[in-house]
Amino acid sequence: MPLNRKDLLGIEPLSVEEVNLILDTAKAFKEVSTRDIKKVPTLRGKTIINLFFEPSTRTRTSFEIAGKRLSADILNISSSTSSVVKGETLIDTAKNLEAMYPDIIIIRHSRAGAPHLLANICRASIINAGDGAHEHPTQALLDAFTIRENKGQIKGLKVAIIGDILHSRVARSNIHLLTKLGAEVRIAGPATYIPVEIEKLGVKVFHHIDAALEGCDVVMMLRIQRERQDKSYLPSLREYFNLFGLTPERLKRAKKDVIIMHPGPLNRGVEISSEVADGPYSVILEQVTNGVAVRMAVLYLLMGGKYEEVVS
Amino acid sequence: MPFRKKVQLMDAVTMDRTLIRIAHEIIERNKGVQDLVIIGIRTRGVPLARRIAKKIEEIEKVSIPMGILDITMYRDDLTAVGPQPIVRQTNIPFRINDKKVVLIDDVLFTGRTIRAALDSIIDLGRPKFIQLAVLIDRGHRELPIRADYVGKNVPTSLDEVVEVSVAEEDGKDSVILMEEEE
Repeated sequence: MPLNRKDLLGIEPLSVEEVNLILDTAKAFKEVSTRDIKKVPTLRGKTIINLFFEPSTRTRTSFEIAGKRLSADILNISSSTSSVVKGETLIDTAKNLEAMYPDIIIIRHSRAGAPHLLANICRASIINAGDGAHEHPTQALLDAFTIRENKGQIKGLKVAIIGDILHSRVARSNIHLLTKLGAEVRIAGPATYIPVEIEKLGVKVFHHIDAALEGCDVVMMLRIQRERQDKSYLPSLREYFNLFGLTPERLKRAKKDVIIMHPGPLNRGVEISSEVADGPYSVILEQVTNGVAVRMAVLYLLMGGKYEEVVS
Repeated sequence: MPFRKKVQLMDAVTMDRTLIRIAHEIIERNKGVQDLVIIGIRTRGVPLARRIAKKIEEIEKVSIPMGILDITMYRDDLTAVGPQPIVRQTNIPFRINDKKVVLIDDVLFTGRTIRAALDSIIDLGRPKFIQLAVLIDRGHRELPIRADYVGKNVPTSLDEVVEVSVAEEDGKDSVILMEEEE
């Protein structure tokens, strides 16, 4: 079954078969990064633009390395060094980039729906690298890949997502993906960080971290996204750590072979203690390694298709 | 378009004899098995490579490293309209620098698969040399590529299909020349 899509805008519209195709394909691409010559000619002659309107090191670098290992030409535009600071609109920026015939535009934007807007006006494939608090599909895919590598399968696992759910696109994409694949998803955080009616996405809501950790196979910790918060959701970061920070003692409630994940960047001593982040259960750096493989798979699958049909 | 059987070219017995002969030829041509490695091209080159490696091991009483090559990432027709081919893993668990590599595939046709395989292997290291063994050579090359070991040369027309079945993948060993139905 091919990935019959022009764009990757989110996890929500993907079928289970499409998700499995991406994860299976990523397995093959992971091997490329272990070679002496970490490069294959698969996307030779394709042009990819990394268009980032928000700060990023991991995701941008990961896409850039993925593109380069597939022999694509990839270039980076960040809003601070582009014409956006001169007042150009997103649509005008996109149309100008489009005029130079890129094949893929990877966009990160603070507004939910920005990638969808581009997908409607661009001939190029659009990949959502994070839009506001909406979705971050490649992060969820690399998380699922990492879980699958460690646990064999996702169906039936108990996964706790803990922290600032309200502002987290990673949480939303992961909730969509993990419930699709048959995991039991629990979320926990201070009441101010739990979106209203989130249980409609098929998750169990906890307001205490210990209850959420009980018998878990996977724990995903989220960062407090202070950049998206204009008012105070918390009395203090120290209180947050005391109530919701992941420590070795708390972790004892989870299963013996639990894995700890974090999409980065870490705020040590806020949502996670250093002992846990650097400890034996942590797969945080595996996630980063797998990110390159998953993004190679996504770039490959979007470029192999017949996108003319999808556009018209 | 539907195809029908025109003629059976091999059955299990003749395929086995052919692989035994190829195994002997590989040993003879290379004056033994020093530095020899066998690499099968997915999909049907892999079981054929396993069998040839096993036969060489039985003859020479030494183990022969065997690897699996997936050439999808090196194809030249990715942008052609159509669904993406599934990429599977390449698994070559040894270094190929200075090795004598024998590539194994089922059918040699246009030569484009072998071109991709050569590029792929050269990205993995610098072998001493690369040789090619195929079960069937059906002609119609589009690139200057030839096989060092050929199971059977079969003159075909372009609208015919050579269907290779191996027990490991298809439940039986056979090679059948298929032609279009009228």
